[in-house]
Amino acid sequence: MSGTRKVSVEINGVPVEAEVEPRMLLSDFIRHEAGLTGTHVGCEHGVCGACTVQLEGRPVRSCLLFAVQVDGRSVRTVEDLAPSDTEMHPLQQAFHECHALQCGFCTPGFLMSIEPELAGADQLTDAEIREMVGGNLCRCTGYQGIVEAVRLAARRVNEKGHA
Amino acid sequence: MKPPAFDYEAPRSLDEALALLAERGADGKVLAGGQSLVPLLNFRLARPEVLIDVNGLQELSYLRREEGALRIGALTRHASLEHSRLAATYWPLLTEAMRWVAHPQIRNRGTVGGSCAHADPAAELPVVMTALDARFRVRSTRGERVLGAAEMFVGQLEPGIEPDELLVEIEVPPVAPGTGAAFVEFARRHGDFALGGVAALVTTDAEGICRRAAIALLGAGPTPLRPAEAEAALTGGPLDPSTAAEAARLAVRDATPTGDLHGSAEYRCDLIETLTRRALLAAGERAGGGDAR
Amino acid sequence: MPTKVATRRGTGASIGRSERRKEDQPLLRGQAGFVDDLHDPDALHAAILRSPVGHARLVRVDAGPARELDGVVDVITAADLPEGGPKIPMRMFRREGMERFLQRPLATEKVRYSGEPVAVVVAESRYLAEDAAELVAVDYEPLPTALDVAAALAADAPLLHEEAGTNLVAEYDLGRGDVEEALAGAEEVVEVTFHCGRHAAVPMEPRGLYAFLEEGTDRLVLHGAAKIVHVNRRILAAMLGWPEDRIRFVEPSVGGGFGARGEFYPEDFLIPFCALRLGRAVAWTEDREEHLRSTNHSRDQLDRIRIGLDADGRFLALDAELTIDTGAYVRTHGGVVPGMSGGLLPGPYVWPAFRAKVRQVATNKTPAGTYRAPGRYETTLARERAVDVAARRIGVDPVELRRRNLIPAERMPYDNGSLTDGHPVVYDSGDYPLLLEQSLELFGEEEMRRWREEPAPDGRRRGLGLAFFVEKSGIAEWEYARIEIGGDGRPVVYSGSASVGQGVETVLAQVAAETLGLPYESITVRHGDTDEVPDGMGAFGSRATSLGGAAVAEAASALRGRLLALAGEELGLDPDELDLGPGGVVAFEGGVEGVSYARLRELAGGPLAEETTFRTDAMSFPYGVHCCAVEVDGGTGEVRIERYAVAYDVGRAVNPQLIEGQIRGGLAQGVGGALFEELAYDENGTLVSGSFMDYLIPTATEVPAVRVRVTEEAPTQRTPLGAKGAGEGGTTAAGAAVAAAVSDAVGVEVTETPIRPEWVVRAARGDAA
Repeated sequence: MSGTRKVSVEINGVPVEAEVEPRMLLSDFIRHEAGLTGTHVGCEHGVCGACTVQLEGRPVRSCLLFAVQVDGRSVRTVEDLAPSDTEMHPLQQAFHECHALQCGFCTPGFLMSIEPELAGADQLTDAEIREMVGGNLCRCTGYQGIVEAVRLAARRVNEKGHA
Repeated sequence: MKPPAFDYEAPRSLDEALALLAERGADGKVLAGGQSLVPLLNFRLARPEVLIDVNGLQELSYLRREEGALRIGALTRHASLEHSRLAATYWPLLTEAMRWVAHPQIRNRGTVGGSCAHADPAAELPVVMTALDARFRVRSTRGERVLGAAEMFVGQLEPGIEPDELLVEIEVPPVAPGTGAAFVEFARRHGDFALGGVAALVTTDAEGICRRAAIALLGAGPTPLRPAEAEAALTGGPLDPSTAAEAARLAVRDATPTGDLHGSAEYRCDLIETLTRRALLAAGERAGGGDAR
Repeated sequence: MPTKVATRRGTGASIGRSERRKEDQPLLRGQAGFVDDLHDPDALHAAILRSPVGHARLVRVDAGPARELDGVVDVITAADLPEGGPKIPMRMFRREGMERFLQRPLATEKVRYSGEPVAVVVAESRYLAEDAAELVAVDYEPLPTALDVAAALAADAPLLHEEAGTNLVAEYDLGRGDVEEALAGAEEVVEVTFHCGRHAAVPMEPRGLYAFLEEGTDRLVLHGAAKIVHVNRRILAAMLGWPEDRIRFVEPSVGGGFGARGEFYPEDFLIPFCALRLGRAVAWTEDREEHLRSTNHSRDQLDRIRIGLDADGRFLALDAELTIDTGAYVRTHGGVVPGMSGGLLPGPYVWPAFRAKVRQVATNKTPAGTYRAPGRYETTLARERAVDVAARRIGVDPVELRRRNLIPAERMPYDNGSLTDGHPVVYDSGDYPLLLEQSLELFGEEEMRRWREEPAPDGRRRGLGLAFFVEKSGIAEWEYARIEIGGDGRPVVYSGSASVGQGVETVLAQVAAETLGLPYESITVRHGDTDEVPDGMGAFGSRATSLGGAAVAEAASALRGRLLALAGEELGLDPDELDLGPGGVVAFEGGVEGVSYARLRELAGGPLAEETTFRTDAMSFPYGVHCCAVEVDGGTGEVRIERYAVAYDVGRAVNPQLIEGQIRGGLAQGVGGALFEELAYDENGTLVSGSFMDYLIPTATEVPAVRVRVTEEAPTQRTPLGAKGAGEGGTTAAGAAVAAAVSDAVGVEVTETPIRPEWVVRAARGDAA
């Protein structure tokens, strides 16, 4: 049964090609074929959100996709967020300032889930922000710093957008 | 937690998909959004020989209103339905229910057809589709069939679809003017499978008399449950706290929920009764005055 | 008593400031190296076959068919281990007789819990290893199970360890004064039996190990060590019969500890063993399903509490029976959880008489160990529930009853009459009455009392709860630190402590900066590699700041003194006139040329470094109050936390923002245990809550925003910084405060956690027990 197939996925703008079994999870492909280990695996059944990446710009669980399914498509991971080695994305910066991470294992999943939602998020209530991040588990922070970071980043991003 | 090996087919057209299903459907599984199927594979609780990935069938991804009915292509993502203006305007019950479906990342990938074909009685979509009297269009190389909700949801995780058939479209009929709708559920955490839930539609006339009621229960048995007796009891009278309570009591008479760690069968019955009462009253408040809600 | 260390508030003033974390950048950029990020592409991957049942005789284990599968390199069963595999020893809180309950790395004649390792498969990928694990043929002959302490202590209970002849692992009595006499003379005696449910740490990163032989040497390298790196190296060396220096342990980025991660588990022997046996690199990453069945569980304690009061509501006696379900084996923690349960049971109150019987019992469940606030979460729950029940019985407000019985500040230090691990529990410092009032102010007591009386929407009910607790930090013994200033003037701290994600690098850098008088930014902290740091105790029991920080402060103080003396000699100035600067030692007054670090190095004739081993013989005792307001829906059983406040005195706050983070995170875990998280078993001893679908870690929508007040009224004299540990107090009283608030709302006393929606519905309806 199965055999392998050649898969080519554009990850963070760079095509990654590998010969894989159809059953290889996208999370494993990203981490071990592309070597981008910033995407983490916390449950492999779609609950914890640590493996969240953006598929064509939308946050999805990479543990619930097979690499073969994204052949020819584009995926974005946490490694692509910061504009440079010296500057971080406003969301990363806000996480840093608001102490929105401790062990940091869940953090990439949060970042990739929140980032596309930042535009317009400065108007959200705390309850709405909490619902927005409700698909990501964090065991360290109690979430308050994360809520504050979303608010701070949203304010900065949207101010910038209007300037 | 790695899935067992399987063959993988990714048809590029509906015809190709139906041909594959005709050949291998009996040993395979259709892979749509995968948000329910892939966890089962990762736990090795499902071992299909072949996955037929229908994500390439872009022709099955659409939402449109035709002759008053909403036609939803089976491959339409949850998020598209959640954010659809069409749904929000004419079928607000759908919009309200979608926000309870897991979490945003799941809704970005999960499909409306996939949720229906998975036939999980604890999931939101089968329940609201049951309440809305949706029809399910299935195709195979043998032809096409249209199933009602009762034919579609046959048993727990058991859709009324043959192994060589593919669900291609869900058709939601128009909602009568003067109808109010509400969806409520209770889960231990937001986004979890609910312990119980209800979708209710109530149509009232200018005098506030209930002309039609549709109720579908979530988590009340192996399939979404339509309590006909409760619906009939409401029809022709006013909708108020006491009639809602009586209808809720009738509604759970045939409920057979399964108890587990999170709640016994008895608790779930009580919960669904409470939620039914609340949903009916909420729907009633939104009903009347010719408003399509 | 340790020597006092002078700390400066000059250039390096850093303690007390919320410095930004040194750890954050790589974590935010996805560049941190967690253990599963580290293995080479040609490493082999292990999967572990685990028992599906709670208790069975192993009739046959046949690895033959698994070995045949393409890509499988090896399958190891107990028969392949020398003498069936060495038992994993206890590292602390040992008691006579407990050694009869130790675990071997692989099951030999029996399996005693669902999840117990039976075989290890090593293959070219994890996918293949899991395929092969399914092919290992095992015949299990089912045995009767004992799944709770009552069943395990019954006369006809199935024995887990036949050779022990009992399921009672340990039993002992604590106390002082004549409890019977005090209770006989009491105006009122209340009794509460409370079951604190089984739940667990469940860090977001599962465990993992990566073992290989160092190229060109005969040394074994193990990545994935955590928390107690040196301790575990010692254990592995003893189990393998190797000298310690042939083993190097390396701590990568670690995704949360909370007590569970970093203990020596069966895999910590098996994976290095496979790497040595095969001469190949072997990686193992625990998946979530096996994590929930094999990493230490915790809590699961049945406590019976009696309190006697006089007519004025003064406590006369506390009488308790604490029964701890320790699971199928005694793991590395030995008797820590029972020890801490009994030791801190008396809490913040004066008890003229106190008695506790403590029992540790084996059952057919996953072995239990410590989890944030071990023993204290459970007994704070039981004691504070009993205090609430007593208050209602005598018609005194629960807050007032506490007020009347708190240990007054002037009685500090205060011996609470109990023991931990044989040592008296002597609270070092604290003003409990003051903190009680501060916590009420933080919570908005008056406002919330009014809120409670207002009608809630949709017939919801409102309740308030408060719980007071005494924590402990820094289990006695020692910690190591070394500080070296390079020629570039940048200090490097080498600490025996460890990072589990809590921010230890930041905190130790702050301590070093403060003590040296150099900028925080210039300091690097290294830890967790046995090749870099010769020894250490690690990070557990809120010890990283209190003891790790103390060691750094002493080393930094010694180094500063030495540098100033050297420079003073060179410049002919009194060391008091000098200070450390970025490039070297400088004089306070202008006009004097400084001495560069490079020159000082020459003068010293070697590295500019000092090392210390900080020792203390006693713990310190932070203390706190949790206040909780809930609104419950009697129709669904939903419990919504509407307001939550935590006041916590940590003696001295090195980094207030990080302490608040510890409290908020700890609270989320405590709330999880109170309302959501439960490791439940079916009658076969199979874990029912074996996935994140059923093991309910709270999300952002369940965890409340928390008002936090960190106070510094009672610094400890037992460490030079005055800082008590702050890692656990967010968790300790969470169960107690939530249970109190829910009880108040529904008018029925909560006697079990987690508080399920079903219980709430019944209680609200008036038909709960």
